[in-house]
Amino acid sequence: MAAISREEVAHLAHLARLAVTEDELDTFAGQLDQIVSSVARIGEVAADDIPPTSHAVPLTNVMRADEPRPGLSREAALAGAPAVENDRFRVPQILSEEA
Amino acid sequence: MSVATTDLADVLSRYEVVLGLEVHVELGTRTKMFCSCPTTFGAEPNTQICPVCLGMPGALPVVNAVGVESAIKIGLALGCDIAQWCRFARKNYFYPDMPKNFQTSQYDEPICFDGAIDVDVDGKPVTVAIERAHMEEDTGKSLHVGGATGRIHGATHSLLDFNRAGIPLVEIVTKPIVGAGADAPAIARAYVAAIRDIVRALGVSDARMDQGSIRADVNVSLMPIGATEFGTRTETKNVNSLRSVERTVRFEMLRQAEVLDGGGVIHQETRHFNEATGETMGGRVKETATDYRYFPEPDLVPLAPEREWVEKLRAELPELPAAKRARLRSEWGLSELDMQAIDNAGAFDLIEATVSAGASPESARKWWLGELSRYANEHDAELAELTATPAHVAELQSLVDGGRLTDKLARTVLSGVLAGEGTPAEVMAARNLEVVNDTGALTAAVDEAIAANPDVAAKVRDGKVAAAGVLVGAVMKATRGQADAKSVRELIIARLTAE
Repeated sequence: MAAISREEVAHLAHLARLAVTEDELDTFAGQLDQIVSSVARIGEVAADDIPPTSHAVPLTNVMRADEPRPGLSREAALAGAPAVENDRFRVPQILSEEA
Repeated sequence: MSVATTDLADVLSRYEVVLGLEVHVELGTRTKMFCSCPTTFGAEPNTQICPVCLGMPGALPVVNAVGVESAIKIGLALGCDIAQWCRFARKNYFYPDMPKNFQTSQYDEPICFDGAIDVDVDGKPVTVAIERAHMEEDTGKSLHVGGATGRIHGATHSLLDFNRAGIPLVEIVTKPIVGAGADAPAIARAYVAAIRDIVRALGVSDARMDQGSIRADVNVSLMPIGATEFGTRTETKNVNSLRSVERTVRFEMLRQAEVLDGGGVIHQETRHFNEATGETMGGRVKETATDYRYFPEPDLVPLAPEREWVEKLRAELPELPAAKRARLRSEWGLSELDMQAIDNAGAFDLIEATVSAGASPESARKWWLGELSRYANEHDAELAELTATPAHVAELQSLVDGGRLTDKLARTVLSGVLAGEGTPAEVMAARNLEVVNDTGALTAAVDEAIAANPDVAAKVRDGKVAAAGVLVGAVMKATRGQADAKSVRELIIARLTAE
């Protein structure tokens, strides 16, 4: 398993919108590399007849009836929002001027 | 840019076009895909939301059974295989209209795959292969503030209503459509129309393009004739009318050819169609390649639709639009040309309903494509929006067939119906338009006409039957056009020759 590079950490941090310092890039690259290498060891024991696991419980087809139920009141839903305007969640500018 | 100088034939002399269409169908379920919030259209902002569709920590989604059932029905109607086993996946990205910061979708395991439908392009069938149809959820609605009316460009901030976030969508993706040539714009349009008609017939969506319940992403690329590798494609997002789908394909073909002819390159990008100018416009050029980091959704267990369920749904599929059209064409005894005229007028359902209400196919066709189409054109309205309904038209025709209205009177009655004056019978009564069949009244009118025109009457008595026209005219005038001219003529001649 190839080592995790600083560039990969920077790319992931950008995708996750995390502000990571130059020092942290080195720290996380090392730590992530360790985690990925440890998990990769599962490959050494996995046999062809064992499919990759995505779910811990052997359940399928858990579905609910199409019956409406009330959710949150608007007041409750908006209570935690950083900013509210006209009963809507207010968010900062999406496209910057030069976009 | 101007593309007026090149035309499609010129483009096609050098390039082959490849199309791909992604159609999003918003399902008509009562609740959202992964939570029990209601989906009522037009509700007050942020009144149909809960911790699940807002993506709050600890919230647990549960799949809507009717959403899955609708997706399977769509897949079956498109001739797809239905997965034995499939999972949902998280598509990770940040955008303000997506409160969870990921969209619950399906990735490499769509519930429906490998289908095909035949679409009708100017009377000839074209097969479009379907790659997949998968389940996902809609985003919220943004209101951009501070810029030119509602535009994201120049806005200072945006306001979000999440009522729509989480409403079930089925995304239907075609395989690349190659070799369409000059028919490409028409094929794209016919395909989206066919999908709309199918989901409407299935009853799984209201299929209103104007309300966004069907939206198309249109992929277009050009490659030099003889090339084996597709050119770079552009994706024009959220095209929301059939006409715009057609115009998008045409515009992109012309635009891309001009870029390529000038030695330029087409960038893979998303574009937007501007209804007002008929042109597509580039969006942002993404600084990095899209990286959605799909992974299986851990909070939703896999789906393994039981075969009995799938077969039951297959058996319950309604008659699909293409089959119905073929059946009714033969039942109605119409030519393909007649059917195309009906399709173009958007009168198919109306004529079917009129025939169901008791009219003959020929008379139903005559009213909807004649008088009513003319009226709709004059008023810039759709036939289906007119005040006159199939039931009205059937009633009107039965009044004609029963001899109570002449064709001419029927048209007057219809104008009253269109003006909102009520049913044909009501208009007929209110405006006193019934054919005068009362022999007493007619005889009196005939006698008056004869008395008033002794010279003409004499000629007719002498065998100059053609002269009777003057008398017929007089009687028609006296009865305000409400008598049947032919009967009047017979009555006059009988009266004069019997003396």
